[in-house]
Amino acid sequence: MTRRSNLGWPGITLLTIAALAATVLPLPAWLEILRPDFVALTVLWFCLLSPRMTGLLHAWGAGIALDAFRGVVLGQHALALIVITYVATKLRLQIRAFPPLQQTAVIMALLWLNEFLVFWIDGASGHPVTDWRRWLAVPAGAACWPLITGLYARFARR
Amino acid sequence: MTPHEPDSRPLLLGGPALGLRLAVLALLSAGLMIADHRQHHLAVIRDWLSAVVYPVQWAVQAPFAAWTSVRESFASRAQLEAENVRLAADNLALRLRQMRYEALERENQRLRTARESTSRVVQRTLVAEIVRVDLDPFRQRALVNKGSQSGVFRGQAALDANGIFGQVTRVGPLSAEIILISDAEHAIPVQVSRTGARTIALGTGRSGQLSLPYLPQNSDVVAGDLLVSSGLGGVYPPGYPVGRVTSVERDPSQPLLSIAAIPLAGLDHDPEILLVWFDSTIVEPEPAAAPEAPAPQPAAEAARGDRG
Repeated sequence: MTRRSNLGWPGITLLTIAALAATVLPLPAWLEILRPDFVALTVLWFCLLSPRMTGLLHAWGAGIALDAFRGVVLGQHALALIVITYVATKLRLQIRAFPPLQQTAVIMALLWLNEFLVFWIDGASGHPVTDWRRWLAVPAGAACWPLITGLYARFARR
Repeated sequence: MTPHEPDSRPLLLGGPALGLRLAVLALLSAGLMIADHRQHHLAVIRDWLSAVVYPVQWAVQAPFAAWTSVRESFASRAQLEAENVRLAADNLALRLRQMRYEALERENQRLRTARESTSRVVQRTLVAEIVRVDLDPFRQRALVNKGSQSGVFRGQAALDANGIFGQVTRVGPLSAEIILISDAEHAIPVQVSRTGARTIALGTGRSGQLSLPYLPQNSDVVAGDLLVSSGLGGVYPPGYPVGRVTSVERDPSQPLLSIAAIPLAGLDHDPEILLVWFDSTIVEPEPAAAPEAPAPQPAAEAARGDRG
């Protein structure tokens, strides 16, 4: 654990807003499909690896903000994010001890769960998106995990 | 919990409190979803939230917008001259058409007065710029920089220079979300311009494609036919171009044709659009107007119902 870190609530808020911004950043169409769920990755990093861990409330707030950003049913991403945060928090000690590759696999599973919940709520609220390409964001997100952890660790230790 | 003592929180969270918190927050989320989706109670909160997130959305696209404007201001003289010549030619052609149009409009007005039906032409327009953010790759939505402070309302029609663009689904104080006619949840009542046949054009979820699944086998539609808005339902002003038929598939084993069309509006590259106001209070009592489907108020809802 790093003793000295500047990750107070301002830092947490800043990283969360940056993740939200990355979620709507205009990208070319082929890349847009591969865009990882940066908010989910950020929330997972905060509850798994961050020197200052956040909990369900942070995940929920980030989810509500994401819902407002993307104009979907309010509470959709919030619900998905608190569920994966709950699972990640429960398994935190194991996941932290995993070697990088195994950790990435767990992250992929969590991202899949997140995407599945969003997909489910999409369907339940009558806006089904059945395009198979929506699942491409899951492996793309897992592939970004090492990058995100490196980046955020630097930010936290700055 | 004070921000100045970063490690003041316990290392191990969890225990029964965690499950309890999950349950509370999950219930809260579910409550929000139901209130938002089923009862539309959260309009005020949504407006407020969109006002909060709009600055970030704006900031995300600001560098791109700045780059575009820098590029434009350094456009070469030759380019500007060429554009000027083209615009002058366009202007001449448009003015010629305008002359004819005004005469026709007067005549139309007179005929309508004789029939005692109100015309529904666009009365007022507002130019809105599209904020270049990607809301969702699998939904055809756009964010524009005008909101309720400019008088934008839910269900308002949006057009561009070439045709119908979409309608407003959500309005914040400074921004509004628009569902494009190509969104898979959108449906627009149209008319085949050549024959007058009325039907509904559904979005497909891909920006360059519409589908017309409700025309019977014996209807007279060929590739190249222009589709214009029929004005049924009152969301869109009648008579504006929507799309052009690209292919008509006649499968004798099916009762209905499967027709594909391309939207005429530049759905994925328009820098700005027009929001329009028109008088939609009077529905024309035309004898042939028995619609194939109930005139969709928010067309999107009707489409969902139709496709189950």
